[in-house]
Amino acid sequence: MMIKVQIDGTYYEVTPGKNLLETCLTLGIYVPHFCFHPAMGSVGACRLCAVKKYKNADDKKGRIVMSCMEPVSDGLIVSVKDQEATAFRAAVIEGLMINHPHDCPVCDEGGECHLQDMTVMTGHNYRRFEFKKRTYNNQDLGPFINHEMNRCIQCYRCVRFYNDYAGGSDFAVLGSHDHVYFGRHQDGILENEFSGNLVEVCPTGVFTDKTLKAHYTRKWDLTNAPSLCIHCGVGCNTIAGERYGGLRRIMNRYNGAVNGYFLCDRGRFGYEFVNDDNRIRKAQIRITKDKNLEETPPEKLTTALSDAFFGTKRWIGIGSPRASLEANFALSCLVGKDNFFHGISRKDHLLVKTAIAILMNGTARSPSLKEIEKADVVLILGEDITQTAPMTALAVRQAARNKGIDSTVKSGIAEWNDYARREKSQDLKSPIFIASSFGTRLDDIAEKTYRASPMDIARLGFAVAAMLNKNAPQVKGLNEAQKELAKEITGVLKDAKIPVIITGIHSGSPDMLHAAANIAEALKLNGQHPLLSFLLPECNSMGLGMMDGKSLDDAIKLTDGGESAGLIILENDLYRRADKAFIDSLLEKCNPVIVLDHLVNETTLKADILLPVGTFAESEGTLVNNEGRAQRFYRVLPPDGSAMESWCQIRDLMRLSVNHEEVLWEKFDDVANAMTDQIPAFSKIKGYFPDADFRILNEKIKRQTIRFSGRTAISANIDVSEPKPPDDPGSPLAFSMEGSDEVPPSSLVAYYWVPGWNSYQAMNFYLDEPNGSLKGGDPGIRLIEASAANHLLFFNPVALSFRSRSGEWLVVPAYRIFGSEELSSKSRAVAARIEIPFILMNYGEAEELGGKDNDMVRLTLADKIIEVKLKIDNSIPAGILGLSTGLPGMPYLELPGMGKLTVLKS
Amino acid sequence: MIFILIIAGVLFIVLTIAAGLIYIERRLLGLWQDRYGPNRVGPFGLTQVVADMIKIFFKEDWVPPFSDRPVFVLAPAILISTILLTFAVVPFAPGFNVLDSNIAVLFFLGNSSLGVYSIVLGGWASNNKYSLLGAMRASAQMLTYEVFMGLSLMGVVMLADSFNLREIVEAQRHGWFIFPQFIGFVIFLIAGIAETHRLPFDIPEAEGELVAGYHSEYSGMKFGMFFVGEYMGVTLISALITLMFFGGWLGPAFLPPIVWFFLKTAVFICFFILLRASLPRPRYDQLMGVGWKILLPLALLNILVTGALLLYFK
Amino acid sequence: MFSILRSLWYTFLHAFHKRETILYPEEKPYLPPRYRGRIILSRDPDGIERCVACYLCAAACPVDCISLQAIEGENGRRYPAFFRINFSRCIFCGYCEEACPTYAIQLTPDFEMGEYNRQNLVYEKEHLLISGEGKYHGYDFYKVAGIDAGVKEKGEGANEQPPVDVKSLMP
Repeated sequence: MMIKVQIDGTYYEVTPGKNLLETCLTLGIYVPHFCFHPAMGSVGACRLCAVKKYKNADDKKGRIVMSCMEPVSDGLIVSVKDQEATAFRAAVIEGLMINHPHDCPVCDEGGECHLQDMTVMTGHNYRRFEFKKRTYNNQDLGPFINHEMNRCIQCYRCVRFYNDYAGGSDFAVLGSHDHVYFGRHQDGILENEFSGNLVEVCPTGVFTDKTLKAHYTRKWDLTNAPSLCIHCGVGCNTIAGERYGGLRRIMNRYNGAVNGYFLCDRGRFGYEFVNDDNRIRKAQIRITKDKNLEETPPEKLTTALSDAFFGTKRWIGIGSPRASLEANFALSCLVGKDNFFHGISRKDHLLVKTAIAILMNGTARSPSLKEIEKADVVLILGEDITQTAPMTALAVRQAARNKGIDSTVKSGIAEWNDYARREKSQDLKSPIFIASSFGTRLDDIAEKTYRASPMDIARLGFAVAAMLNKNAPQVKGLNEAQKELAKEITGVLKDAKIPVIITGIHSGSPDMLHAAANIAEALKLNGQHPLLSFLLPECNSMGLGMMDGKSLDDAIKLTDGGESAGLIILENDLYRRADKAFIDSLLEKCNPVIVLDHLVNETTLKADILLPVGTFAESEGTLVNNEGRAQRFYRVLPPDGSAMESWCQIRDLMRLSVNHEEVLWEKFDDVANAMTDQIPAFSKIKGYFPDADFRILNEKIKRQTIRFSGRTAISANIDVSEPKPPDDPGSPLAFSMEGSDEVPPSSLVAYYWVPGWNSYQAMNFYLDEPNGSLKGGDPGIRLIEASAANHLLFFNPVALSFRSRSGEWLVVPAYRIFGSEELSSKSRAVAARIEIPFILMNYGEAEELGGKDNDMVRLTLADKIIEVKLKIDNSIPAGILGLSTGLPGMPYLELPGMGKLTVLKS
Repeated sequence: MIFILIIAGVLFIVLTIAAGLIYIERRLLGLWQDRYGPNRVGPFGLTQVVADMIKIFFKEDWVPPFSDRPVFVLAPAILISTILLTFAVVPFAPGFNVLDSNIAVLFFLGNSSLGVYSIVLGGWASNNKYSLLGAMRASAQMLTYEVFMGLSLMGVVMLADSFNLREIVEAQRHGWFIFPQFIGFVIFLIAGIAETHRLPFDIPEAEGELVAGYHSEYSGMKFGMFFVGEYMGVTLISALITLMFFGGWLGPAFLPPIVWFFLKTAVFICFFILLRASLPRPRYDQLMGVGWKILLPLALLNILVTGALLLYFK
Repeated sequence: MFSILRSLWYTFLHAFHKRETILYPEEKPYLPPRYRGRIILSRDPDGIERCVACYLCAAACPVDCISLQAIEGENGRRYPAFFRINFSRCIFCGYCEEACPTYAIQLTPDFEMGEYNRQNLVYEKEHLLISGEGKYHGYDFYKVAGIDAGVKEKGEGANEQPPVDVKSLMP
């Protein structure tokens, strides 16, 4: 149902239930505002969005109201352009500017500053205030965020985001009257994993990106491309910005179905590995086994490669879950399907395949983050999702508000009326159940938590399924507390409208997946529509899993027959995937070993031929996220001849190898189309993404803003005659400030800008409505869909309960948002946040062993001995240890497993 | 032999003066506009002309593809040849002329009428709106001024009782014709400016409105010919004024006759340049109006009065 | 008629006037200080470079001939790591000077920059930076800005109150 409102004399049909400000932004009417944020609702604090409201058509006088606090109603008559309202807004800005310092030239927000935009928009252009300005001392907020409190205009957006939206607790508004201060109680790192969003949330330059500051570039000078975050399986959309050949920053790219307005800190600040000194820029060859890798001129490389292909009949190709679909596909074409391996351990391979099989079966829908936000019951099994899929955790945190929202909406308070809603709902939360081996970052919103071994968590899941449906396998031997909890969860799930079950493969337990699938099936048989989200570790784990191919462990079998084989490793550090001895023997047996990667790692050091390839910023590719959504990222760094895209490099290898003389792939589209033709699972991708010939009015989509500067000076030190902009024949985007002025299709938005809105808030005009979906639909195509008809056979048997043995512990993996992921941990800012490898242990047990917090301990696991720091964590049950996983310096260990521990006395 | 030497001498003198005028005009304009003019190439910038010539010779000899090629090429040649032919009857000094014709004045008038073909054809062949407009203006303007240019000279002819230029000069031994024929002189001067379409009567070119008028499409040496032709025209009119009204080579004996002739001619050339330096271009219709409504009746009146007086005193 | 003769006469009289032309290479003309010639980067009264690498000159430049990169010194004072002007593109419009918030970039009355090799028209920071304040004396941006970049402490600027004590609730 639509209602009619009159704004400045024009009638509009609008949707009810919104506030007037949202409505105006939806209609494209410029109403200045500060404190309103579409994701956080309105509080009416800044008074900037004043408009004039008239009682009826006869009312000529009207009264000023705040549009963000005004619900739209049928027949509403308002004026935005009214003289009095305009003067009011100008006066508000003048007031805000009284204490705002003369900082714009040295402020990182300058040029994309909401305050600048609003000042210009309201017409306040001369400062009449002649007295002294208020000043504040700043705080050091860690490696991510720079603090410059003088610039604050007290809109409260930061605390509303950090505390209310992201659940942070170490940041607050301090002080009183006109001395309020936004910061921590003392200097220190902002603990919340989403602190980076303060950069975008803050309408001025109080919180700015510290990593950008190190190589500062104005927004208008960046060459941007639509990109994807590659640091976990969520697949957040990003805008990557380049200047002078280096990646300068990552900004959020709105995708209503995935990340919305926000990004996690790993995604935002983990980009710097692209500019790392350890990047492989030139091809290297090891002439004899005992020599080091040496850089090679192209002719010699070609000879070496053709020799290699001539001498070797059989090739093993090892793909990677952090490489794009197209690169993996090209490799499988090069070596043949039977010789293509996924590059993950047998265990991970099994877990990924199981997860995909359950989703493909179609029992339950894999939810987008937007759908998770709408959930009324969430059950998390065995994952610390803040560490493994941070944005999913943020979505779950929003889901927790839903019960409160329902209750307020019932009592007549609109959902967007943020402050009133919070007051009304108080601590009312949707039930969130978290079962994990140790405390998680979401525990503060949990209805109930359950701490146990992965097996017992799986058993709890099986028990819930069994209570929901009599046919599900029954769990025997549960204790009273477990039964009680299972009953409570069952009771809530039964009545849930949108139940969401989240689990993942990080705990290393297939039982967990089975249990989650059983619950989903039981709910479905109950007539409900359960959502089932599996968290996979890497950006393309899902996509790789959907391709044919066996695990890394299977690769070595091929070499066992004695037949010599060559090895091609695509963007994969195998030493992170399996035991060192195992990989050593694999690399030993294969000759030659060709490695394609962009950063030096243990595997690249063992290569015979090392070929440089582009990172995500230098390539185009498709990734499939946890949801099964295929999304595409585009090249942002112009080609400089050093690192080719992976699929290009493999195509060249194919042309060299005797079997593939006629490889016709010229453009990215060629390989993408070949893939979608040959692999049925990806057939939906075909035609979804605009191809390289896509044009708007005969023009490509520009990567640079109209204000892009320095065109004739950037390369003048090399040659005063400037070169023409680099070609990009492979994509519909151009490395140029010339191109279509129209809004591009949603998957190709390279930056947000509309006249008058230079700040990030311009994005609202790219949306159907604030907080809605992008015009033309949210980008990405779901490859996996559930169907009502499909059912699953209950998984059986039920996992066995974990029994602790004295002197031995069950070691389970503990992931960390900063450090557990390979590439982001090589970025400077993220590296500064990485913890020393640690092990979590219960206080009681630690005391028994004589260990204190921060003591070094020696852990013996299978045949490996490692020394790590002891961290006392009372949330972990007795008999279980949580070992930090994936941190730099940690060897690969198969977890969970049984281990022994001794405390080292210093 | 002497005849050939005289032809060579006349050609040399005329072309040198025309070329020299390129330099002199720019220097004089500079002088009257408080600046210097060309002073960089050679001493006092004297070799500027050489530099310009080298430049103009090395330019591409461009004939626009849309033009009427033969006519386009012919047009500048017509201009040069008609003017050079007229110089054949100009006596520089006693005995120093190519042709001692007894219809010299008519020959001059006839040739100058032919000169208009050059401009009309050049403008037509360029196949360009601006050129055509320039050519049309030129034909109208020359047609107009041709009429009373001839009429203005009739007074002189009546007084000298001859069409022979040498005899006209000789007839001035006892007084220059400027005095009895002042009105004739003024009309001839104005008609001469219009005939050579010099400023302020450069309406066929009118660079403010018609790009460069009839020679918009010309470049290189073809343009050079129009350019030099204009200076030869200036020289010719100045020489004729000298001959008709200022006693030609006649003058006190301390200077040879030829020097007197050149000095007098030079004064009028300078006067032409002074006109350019000081007067703005009139509107086209004003030019035509003045021609038909004032100068033509005036010229006729001049003939009438001169004739009447001659008859009366005979 | 008379006016025509009069103007001829007046024009003729100009033959005896002094010429306005200055014969340039032999004679140097006087150029006012605000003449828009060669661009320089100036220093503040303390002798530290004034440029804060705000990129506004580059953005204002209509021919995009200015390119620079900002970096930060120890105190958080920002300065250009490199600052390049391609004078073979520069049209000396002076927009960069107008855009400059710190008086760092200034145009000077020097126009004699001809080169036989175009490459020599690319000026880097070491070519642009002069050792004085240029046209504008006494201005130090960091004294009036809000940030503390080692020039003044918070609250010690010309127009600043001492920093707020957050812990105090006194009005």
